[in-house]
Formats: sequence, C-alpha cells, structure tokens
Amino acid sequence: MKSRREFIKTTATGALILGSRSKLGLAAMLDQKAQHGEAAKSKVVVARDPSLHSAAGQLDDKRVLHLLDRAIAAYTGRDHPVEAWKRIVPVGKVIGLKTNGLGGKGISTHAVLVLAIAERLQQAGVKPGEIIVWDRNARDLQACGLTINTDPSRIRCYGSDVAGFEDQPAVWGTASVKFSKILTRECDMVIGLPILKDHNLAGVTFAMKNMYGVVQHPYELHSNNCNPGVPDLNCIPVVRNKVRFTIGDAMSSVYEGGPGFHPEHLWQPNALIVGEDRVAVDRTAWQIIERKRAEVGLPTLEADGRPPHYIVTAADAEHNLGFNDPKRINLVEI
Amino acid sequence: MMIRPKNWIFAVAAIAIVTASAVTACKKTAVDPFPASGTVAGWEKTADTRVFAAKNLYQYIDGDAEQYIAAGVVTTSTADYKYKGQLEATADVYTMGDAVGARKILEHGQTKDAKTVQLGDAGVAYGQSVIFRKGPYLVRIVAFESTPETPQALLALAHGIEAKL
Repeated sequence: MKSRREFIKTTATGALILGSRSKLGLAAMLDQKAQHGEAAKSKVVVARDPSLHSAAGQLDDKRVLHLLDRAIAAYTGRDHPVEAWKRIVPVGKVIGLKTNGLGGKGISTHAVLVLAIAERLQQAGVKPGEIIVWDRNARDLQACGLTINTDPSRIRCYGSDVAGFEDQPAVWGTASVKFSKILTRECDMVIGLPILKDHNLAGVTFAMKNMYGVVQHPYELHSNNCNPGVPDLNCIPVVRNKVRFTIGDAMSSVYEGGPGFHPEHLWQPNALIVGEDRVAVDRTAWQIIERKRAEVGLPTLEADGRPPHYIVTAADAEHNLGFNDPKRINLVEI
Repeated sequence: MMIRPKNWIFAVAAIAIVTASAVTACKKTAVDPFPASGTVAGWEKTADTRVFAAKNLYQYIDGDAEQYIAAGVVTTSTADYKYKGQLEATADVYTMGDAVGARKILEHGQTKDAKTVQLGDAGVAYGQSVIFRKGPYLVRIVAFESTPETPQALLALAHGIEAKL
C-alpha cells in the first residue's frame, strides 16, 4: 500500500497522464464533430445479443466475450479487440474494475463479464498484477461470482473492507465522503462495471450511482432521491478523473423493487452499455428502464415519486459531468 | 429508611412490569427464526445468521434500507440456504416495531401475478420468491434459480420459518 505522500504524488501524476491520454485517445474521437463546427456529442454504444442466455437462464461465456468485443469495436472504431483496448487503457498503470454486488447473487455484475474484460486488458498489455477487481466488500464480490485474491502477482480481487478508507473526507457540494483506498491509492484508472437496476430512492442505478460503493457511508448521500448526492460525489476530482469509462452490465436487470434482488421483476435486456460520458450512459440506461416499465404497465419513475433527476443535475453547468440532452448523445445500437 | 408495605408492593409491581417489558422487547430481536439444516426436508442452512440493527441495515441493503426504516424495522436477520445441494436461496426476517409496519412492506410493490398463499397473517408467492408477514415479522425468501421444484421448496422453507416465529 502506498504512503500518503506517494499517494498524493501518484494521484496527481496519474490524473495528468490519464487526462492527456484521454485527449489523445477516446476523447479525440468524440471531439471530431466539434472540430467541424457541429456540437460535440458523447458516444454511447448499446450492444445486444438476444441469445446471450441459454434456455435455462445461464449466460454463454463465449457470447458474452463476443458481445464485449462488438461493443468495444463499435465504440472505438477498431475491429481488432486488442487494438481497441489499447485505445482505452494506459500501459503500465493499475486498472480498477469496480463491480456492483450490492443486490446479492441474483442481480450483481456478472463474473463472466469481469473475466472477459480482464482477459482483453491483459492482451492489450496490462499485467495481471495491474488489474484490481473491487467493490465494497468480499460479500459483494462473491455475489458477483468472483473469488477473493490479494496476491499482487495475479489479478487482485478484494473489497474496501480489506483496503480501508481514507481518514480525511473529500468534499464537493453536499458530498463529504471518505473514499476507499483502492480508489485513492491503488488505481490509476477505473472502469465502472455497474449492473442496470431500478432503485427505490434514485429511480435508476447505473454508472454514476455505482460510485456510492467507493465511499464509507453511502447512505449519507441518499436524501432527495440522491440528488445532488450522486452528481456531487462524481464531481470530486478523484472520481471525475479516475473513473473514465463504463462498461455497464445490462445482461440482466430489475425494472422494479431495486436495488435488491426481486426475481418477480427480473428481466434480461441481454445488453452491454458502453461509454465514457457517465451522464449519457445513465440517461440511456434510464430510458431502457422506463421502456420496460411501460411495457409491463408500471408507472414512470416520475409518477412513482422517484425520478432520477440526479442525471439532469449531473449535466448542469455547475457539475458539467456529461450530456443528458439526447441531441448531444450519439447513441449507437448494435 | 423503612419501606412501608404499600410502597413495597408498588415497587415489586413496577419491577415486574419493567422486567416483563424488557423480556418482550428482547424477544423481538432474540428469536432465531431460521430452521437448522435438515429440519425442513431438503434444505440446508449454508451460512451463519447475520443480524443488522436498523442503523446498520444499509450494510446489507443499501438503498432499500430506507423503506424498512420508515416502516419501523428494529432488526433484520438473514441466512443463506441450499435445497438438495443445488438451489440457493436467501431468507430475510425483518422484525418491525409492529404488525402495521410488516403489512406496509408486504403490500408495497405487489404485482398482479402475485399468488396468495396461506402463511402467517398474509402471504404471497412468485416463481422464485415468497413473502409473508406474521405479527411484527416480515419474511422474504428468494431463490436464485427457477426450477420446477422452486415454488414448492420455497413454500416448505417458509412454513419452517413461520413455525419458529
């Protein structure tokens, strides 16, 4: 574990490197239209495979890997998976994969997706010891189907219950939180791997809400339907700068009763939702949940008293975390 | 100082009332509602019972905790089970402050495909879950796989828990 001085030094350096990398890599693609006088758009890819689950409801490992490759290829414009991944992740840096196992075994980020990403990361030059799969605690990770490992020579997988939290809170707006040391001291870049869910308070939980799992007392950010708790948390520099990409698991989802597992409301969108713009990704996820709710005759989240207005707030001038306006989102569905 | 006989009777009565109240209050949190392995045919309890006070419920169901707290949850106990070595399930027992809180949670979020079952004061079942209330207790059992045996197996476990409440 790094000392505080080393942590501050590497955090600052990491943010700079990743910032430049992003401008040279992914963000450059997003800015192309802006250079031609059009308003910049954020790209979000929704990749689907209706045959992802077997008749018995089990995920097909090979199809999941293939779906991931299709999603990343569509996002980066690179057909070869390794070349595509090289445009996403920096070499020689520690990459965190932040899963979401809060909902328990039935509705957590699927291990098969995590393993597929880890495989591609290694092929792109990331060493096994430079990959950390993490969440709140061991139980959450095990709910995803993952095995705890702290051996630094292999892919690590452990929770904040092992790493601990910073002593000093970080503050932005209403958010005053103590971060997991995995985020602050271990990872140079984090890829969010949320699972798509309805949320009893926030309306929808996906990319931005997944960051509640990186702080010590997330319930302190729950008031007013998590608004502005979610955007304020995501504005704290260590989150804004390090969590740069989302590969959202929408292979299974709950459209009602979340964030816990309610099998009576389980459905299989059989999709991955990919993007850098966390707001655009969340808006896309929100619309998917709303369409499903309408399909089964449930009221809109607004009518149900829990509209995910935090997504709107996240896009405002004060937070400036991304685009919520559909005209500013380049939605690619494959 | 001498205690007069009449005061002595009052003192004993007061102690008895306080003791009885304490026992009743403790009973709400001290009940172990989970059948041991083999008590219900086919079901094995696979992990120790975990208990969460209301203030720590977020550790178990962050985001869901608020609705239970608003309904007056006192403690939550949870245990994992396995049926015939294959079907995994989790049973949660929420001890509410009163029956009204348990009713509120049970009635919230019911869908039209809920099937009424004879359990406790009221209960419903779905393909992979059973929810019922009995007095101040709200019980929710969820299976992580849908098999032809799941509904009946869950009902059997639910009856096992009901008998211990």
